Amino acid sequence: MNIIFLIIKREYLVRVRKKSFIIMTILGPVLIFGFYAIIGWAAVSSINQKKIAVVDESGRFSGKFKNDDETSFAYPKQSLTEAKKAFVKQGYDALVFIPKDVIEHPKTVQIFAEKSVSLSLQSNIERAIGKEIETIKLENAGITQKIIEDAKVNVDAQTISMSDAGEKSSNGIATTIISGFCALLIYISVLIYGTQVMRGVMEEKTSRIVEVIISSVKPFQLMLGKIIGVALVGLTQFMLWIVLTVGLITLGSTVMGQKETAKSAVTARMNGMPGGQDVQHKMATAKNPVADVMAAIETLNLPLIIACFLFYFLGGYLLYSALFGAVGAAVDSETETQQFMFPIMMPIIAAIAFAQIAVRDPDGPLAFWTSIIPFTSPVVMMVRIPFGVPAWELILSMLLLVIGFIGTTWIAARIYRVGILMYGKKTSFRELAKWVFYKG
Amino acid sequence: MNILETHHIVKQYAEHRALDDVSLSVPKGSIFGLLGPNGAGKTSLIRIINQITAPDSGEVILDGEHLNPSHIKRIGYLPEERGLYKKMKVGEQLLYLAQLKGLTEKQAMDKLKTWFIKFDIKTWWDKQVQDLSKGMQQKVQFVATVMHEPDLIILDEPFSGFDPINANLIKDEILELRDKGKTIIFSTHRMESVEELCDHIALINRSHKVLDGPKRAIKEQFKTHTYHVEYQGELENLPTAFEVLTTRQTEDGFLRTDIKIPPDAAVNELIRHLLDRVTVRSFGENIPSINDIFIKTVGETNE
Repeated sequence: MNIIFLIIKREYLVRVRKKSFIIMTILGPVLIFGFYAIIGWAAVSSINQKKIAVVDESGRFSGKFKNDDETSFAYPKQSLTEAKKAFVKQGYDALVFIPKDVIEHPKTVQIFAEKSVSLSLQSNIERAIGKEIETIKLENAGITQKIIEDAKVNVDAQTISMSDAGEKSSNGIATTIISGFCALLIYISVLIYGTQVMRGVMEEKTSRIVEVIISSVKPFQLMLGKIIGVALVGLTQFMLWIVLTVGLITLGSTVMGQKETAKSAVTARMNGMPGGQDVQHKMATAKNPVADVMAAIETLNLPLIIACFLFYFLGGYLLYSALFGAVGAAVDSETETQQFMFPIMMPIIAAIAFAQIAVRDPDGPLAFWTSIIPFTSPVVMMVRIPFGVPAWELILSMLLLVIGFIGTTWIAARIYRVGILMYGKKTSFRELAKWVFYKG
Repeated sequence: MNILETHHIVKQYAEHRALDDVSLSVPKGSIFGLLGPNGAGKTSLIRIINQITAPDSGEVILDGEHLNPSHIKRIGYLPEERGLYKKMKVGEQLLYLAQLKGLTEKQAMDKLKTWFIKFDIKTWWDKQVQDLSKGMQQKVQFVATVMHEPDLIILDEPFSGFDPINANLIKDEILELRDKGKTIIFSTHRMESVEELCDHIALINRSHKVLDGPKRAIKEQFKTHTYHVEYQGELENLPTAFEVLTTRQTEDGFLRTDIKIPPDAAVNELIRHLLDRVTVRSFGENIPSINDIFIKTVGETNE
């Protein structure tokens, strides 16, 4: 036991101290955070208010354009020719000209700007004028604003999932996102850390240190120590990513949140009470979807999902990394690994394909069987768990996964102990099969 | 007293029998030469002694006990295919290897300090192995082999990759370890170092042990009862019991003749006959070298 601990310690420390590990661990959350920050920044910085002058010959639009975060309107009493000369100097970004007969000829509206006007601004103005003309025409026809308001009905259906614990409101999209994310994370991490085990074994074999080591420890101990050591590296990286990401995002939201509040307060003061309320109201509604997702996540059985994620990550990793280790032992160089990698990669890649089907139909027969079979279950079962899985299926799947990784570890260990001492010979599948049955 | 005995070891690989009924006795405190052509089965035997593989039948006795996992720390092994973790620091790596052999970190540290001072390699402690030359790596590996003070040290081609000065350093180390009562099994193709260092030898050829015993006894066994004489004059009319094998001119103008005498004949008789006929410059017995014995034995069994 003590010996395996020594091996685990070395394997762990060597990897954790590597520059690439430290860089990846820091860079991962920074990338995620950077992505988040860019989106956030873009959202905040686009609230750079444009001032627009409106020359309204029709006299119907004064005060009708609503000021919001993006645009504010002013109505200088100028003729078009005067305004055209002066609007840039007066600090306006654009000049909108509305002719007298705009209701009959809506296409005669003109927008002047020093630089070209953005598409969204143009469409905003068009929409505002269009809406105003619509209102005017409706009013002319005897339909008042009140009738229009009453006619607007907001339908927002809630999906309710039925479970033992009673009815809970859930959100299909949030569940799908979480299950897809878990499955993908398991898939990627099994591949990354499995390959690390393979490389580690190959390094020992090609540098010939393996003969020194196994004169002190059993090959199986060496293999197991390496597999566990790398697993701990993986878990460490996950933990650091989670801690760093959550930390950065919390920090980011606090900073950004303060900025937004400050800004809306300023806007509110600028535009007087009615407009300010409007802005605050908008912000509140904008936050609602996030709150929805958060609420949906709270309805999921998070402890179960996290526990299952760790179990299936470890199970899937152990199952595959043993095989990756056996491949590393069987070959002399990286190029030779290709032929052996293929049959190992097949089921993992297939699992990701099955997972996409399982997301759409979590209780279908394909999803059921592939979440029971050990080679695909870590990925596919992770997709199904957020949607809810009967306990017996989960237990069967976990049991088979444990049996599965004990089986692959046994086979891998037998290939490993022969392979690491074989130099300069190209191995075939037939030969590997023979190694499994060698004695002592 | 034998530190190591193997009894009727058989090791069979798929189509190839690597060892067939190999029995050896390695006396305590000796330097034991394990010889044999490439592919004879030496490495298989060494791996069995190191418990890397197990024999199909037969047994290994270390210091009176059946070979078992507790013996791992009593053996030090320097494989022919040697290597270290390239990206690990020298000191850290040696500490790790020593702990695998059962030393505590503190014990390992103490032992290593002595060795680093002895080999004058203190500055290497924090260097990565890949930054050392091949010869330097060999030195580190030698330290790794002996630092846990094993009773039995198995060295497979220990001098390969060393320049003559470092080879000498290692040779002196080997002799010193022997004088401390350690036993060294020494596998090599360099017959001159076997000649120089070994007390006992065993020869394995084609999976069989074909020869073993004290070096002197084996040489005795391979004596051909031939003598050489360098002289001036005409060597004629020797009694027919003395068989003249070859005669040739030496570089400095003498003649050199190899003469075989009957096993029961006295050497003095031959000398008397020689003195009667020629002016003798030198006379001596042709003692077979290990090289001769190797070639003769391996050549014979391969025919």
